[in-house]
Amino acid sequence: METLNFDYPASQPISWRAHVGVVGSGDLEVLLEPSLDEQAHVTVRTSADGFGEVWQAVLDRFFARNDLAAAIEINDAGATPGTVALRLAQAVEESRS
Amino acid sequence: MTAPAQTRIKFTELSARERAAALLDHGTFRELIGPFERLESPHLEPQGVVPACDDGVVVARGDLDGERAIVLAVEGLFQGGGIGEVSGAKIAGALELAIRDAERGHPIRPVLLLETGGIRLQEANLGLLALAEIHAAIVALRRHVPVVGVVAGLVGCFGGMAIAAGLCSHLVMTREGRLGLNGPQVIEQEAGVAELDSDDRRLIWGTIGGEQRVATGMADVLVEDDVAAVAEAVRAAFAAGPPAERRSAQVGRYEARLAEIDTSEPLDGPALRALWGDGEEDR
Repeated sequence: METLNFDYPASQPISWRAHVGVVGSGDLEVLLEPSLDEQAHVTVRTSADGFGEVWQAVLDRFFARNDLAAAIEINDAGATPGTVALRLAQAVEESRS
Repeated sequence: MTAPAQTRIKFTELSARERAAALLDHGTFRELIGPFERLESPHLEPQGVVPACDDGVVVARGDLDGERAIVLAVEGLFQGGGIGEVSGAKIAGALELAIRDAERGHPIRPVLLLETGGIRLQEANLGLLALAEIHAAIVALRRHVPVVGVVAGLVGCFGGMAIAAGLCSHLVMTREGRLGLNGPQVIEQEAGVAELDSDDRRLIWGTIGGEQRVATGMADVLVEDDVAAVAEAVRAAFAAGPPAERRSAQVGRYEARLAEIDTSEPLDGPALRALWGDGEEDR
């Protein structure tokens, strides 16, 4: 297991939160809430060690498209980058439903 | 009549949270100690296991047929639905609150959605303790109100949680559901593949699958893997009230059943069903 932390500059405050996914093999859960400062913070706990660069790339892409001052917690059970991206998108989508 | 295939929603394809919401009267689902409370296991991370923010148990309040209800749903995908200190305490605590409500004259309908391998091995003793509390709470609660269990699959219900299932007033299963004290993989590991081949699906389901368990009187109702069918069976169980005689009170009956088995001969599912099945109910 490995814990990774990422920070991104963000200008759009949010007032909602969302929880999606399950910590089951090949999947992950995402908890998305307002950040307490004007930044986005991501904490990843993953069962697969050594994928820091891949997480960085997936999150870079997410925050390039979503300027959200969000605190995101991810509990990952070995999801692929595609699944991670979809779960993040789903968490944002949840807030609009 | 069954609904057309396209309108059916498979119960087993839903997460624990979705199952609880699907079961309760429309729009009444409300989660207690939800994900953002972050009541996760403190024992997993030190052992290198990624925790879940709800520790794999959903506590949901809502209504069933307009009556107050509480649904306790185990998430089988997280650590095989293993019961640890926190997830066990969520179940036991909710049941104990339900007992208090019932004692004050405000019964609440309890439903257990059991997808679990039993105790979570990383928290062995704490899991055992939690199971004892769950068992005691079910026994105390069922004096006031029927406790309804559902074993839908795909994990099934094993170990100490199979005992919890056995203590329920009514037990609903699907063909996909499995119920047994030791899971097939454990038996194969301990006794060898010659004793039980855990990859032999037909053998496994013919032994501990929902159809066999209902046919031999170890569970009460067999339903399709369908949200509407499970929801209907749960409501029917509450409408039926407590069983005439609880399964766990029929010690003499089950001892006699065991005495009927000739252990010098191999016994398979159909043979057991012939011995214990259908006609046995009236004895």
